[in-house]
Amino acid sequence: MVVERNVEKEVEVEYARLRIPFGPVHPALKEPVSLRVSVRGEEVIDVDMVLGHVHRGIEALAEGRNLIQTLYLIERICGICSHSHTTCFIQALEEIGGIAPSERALYLRTLIFEMERIHSHLLLLGVMAYEIGFDTLFMFIWHVREKILDLFEKITGNRIHHAMNTIGGVRWNLTPQIASEINSCMKEMEKAVKYVRDIFTDGTVEKRICGLGVLDYSEALKLCVVGPTARGSGVDIDVRRDHPYAAYNDLKGNFSVITRRDGDVHARIEVRVLEIFESINIIRAILEKLPEGPIRPEENVLRLMRRIPEGEAVSLVEAPRGELFYFVKTDGKGGLRRLKVRTPTFSNLIGLKSMLLGCEIADIPVIVASIDPCLSCTNRVTIVDQRSGESKVVSLDALRRVVREK
Amino acid sequence: MFRIVSRGRIKSPWIFHLNTGSCNGCDIEIVAAFTPRYDLERFGCLLVGSPRHADVLLVTGPVTRQMLPRLIRVYEQIPEPKVVVAVGTCASSGSPFLGSEMVEGPVDRIIPVDTYIVGCPPRPEAIASGIITAVMSKFR
Repeated sequence: MVVERNVEKEVEVEYARLRIPFGPVHPALKEPVSLRVSVRGEEVIDVDMVLGHVHRGIEALAEGRNLIQTLYLIERICGICSHSHTTCFIQALEEIGGIAPSERALYLRTLIFEMERIHSHLLLLGVMAYEIGFDTLFMFIWHVREKILDLFEKITGNRIHHAMNTIGGVRWNLTPQIASEINSCMKEMEKAVKYVRDIFTDGTVEKRICGLGVLDYSEALKLCVVGPTARGSGVDIDVRRDHPYAAYNDLKGNFSVITRRDGDVHARIEVRVLEIFESINIIRAILEKLPEGPIRPEENVLRLMRRIPEGEAVSLVEAPRGELFYFVKTDGKGGLRRLKVRTPTFSNLIGLKSMLLGCEIADIPVIVASIDPCLSCTNRVTIVDQRSGESKVVSLDALRRVVREK
Repeated sequence: MFRIVSRGRIKSPWIFHLNTGSCNGCDIEIVAAFTPRYDLERFGCLLVGSPRHADVLLVTGPVTRQMLPRLIRVYEQIPEPKVVVAVGTCASSGSPFLGSEMVEGPVDRIIPVDTYIVGCPPRPEAIASGIITAVMSKFR
């Protein structure tokens, strides 16, 4: 009996080392979601989430501003999928105002959209490589990603917040020279992503991430997860195919929806890698089909804004992380009465609990990263040992060290 | 003695990054500044996980109400001499979130800031140059 207790104590000391000296904050690279994980020994038996560290009151702010100001405000909801947010918002406005953007504008919107998906998925793959302790791959993927950011800069003038959308169209046109640059970049991208795919299907990496954090089909349906997280569990949903927006109706033949049935971390990663290839296909099709014409209405955008009547609309897009939902209610004087945003990560976080139950502490960062959470709050984990009732706060960074040792 | 410690930091400023409610744009650009294309690590910089190990504090975001006590605590935990760099327009001036109930920023209303890097988000080159300027002017 005594011996057993001693053994237990040793284990506790191991974890005590993980306690980080600076308390509850460790906002690292991304997604500082705060989790309270209860463990018995190594096994996770309960998960609780605390959100809202980055509550900036954007919906309330938007209600006091006019539509154009709001457009640039909501672009700052997220630095990774900024174009998804503005597209979704603009679509709702155009529906209320009865404004139809030109074909060329819709194609250009879709082009940026797909480039953003590539950049977002590459970012996640890099982070994933980092979480499983594969720094070389992380550096490689982020280096590849820079090429997409260069293209963004050439087209729109900015690397992260593109400010591409405006009421009734887009703000920047595509010159033939940039189009050929995109084409050659896609060639390089395809080669690089093939290489990345080979690494992620390598035995060593597979052993680390196969069978981890399983979310099965029925659970995924029940919890209403969206995007690649749902598709990794075999749920066949994609807003681009189910409710086509922008130019996706014309491009239906140029992409397929990737699904995997396993529901583990590896399946979610695989879905994302393969989606990059689909995005490359879409971009090539866009460059081929790109119609001529104006990219936005001649009329001043402020005048257009004042013409939008009172009304309400709902809009959906498939952001890199899943279905993004906007509810917009205008007041008819160029302002907003109500704005409601539901981001995909909010849906996906609920699935996190089912994924984490039964896994080991060292797997937590890998599983959390696998849903590609895109919040901005605090990156920390509280470990509550049920046997001693003691609660300790451990940063994801300290956890990462455990992961790497594994 | 203080001067020797200070001078010793020029060649290897360790960096702690605190997100106080940014949109991830600046955070990604900070990480991008450490990846091969820009490679801040050639200046001896290193991203560390604890403020107690750090010399430079990079703050992004317009300090939300929940992050306010944490920002102050992290600032107090960094050993002297230290440098605070506000990265991005949100951290430097608070816009476009000024006027929100939940935003307490900008950063210089709460802690002293040495260098401001504006841009939404600033380019990795700008971040690199901002960090180097701050380090060279403060740690002499």
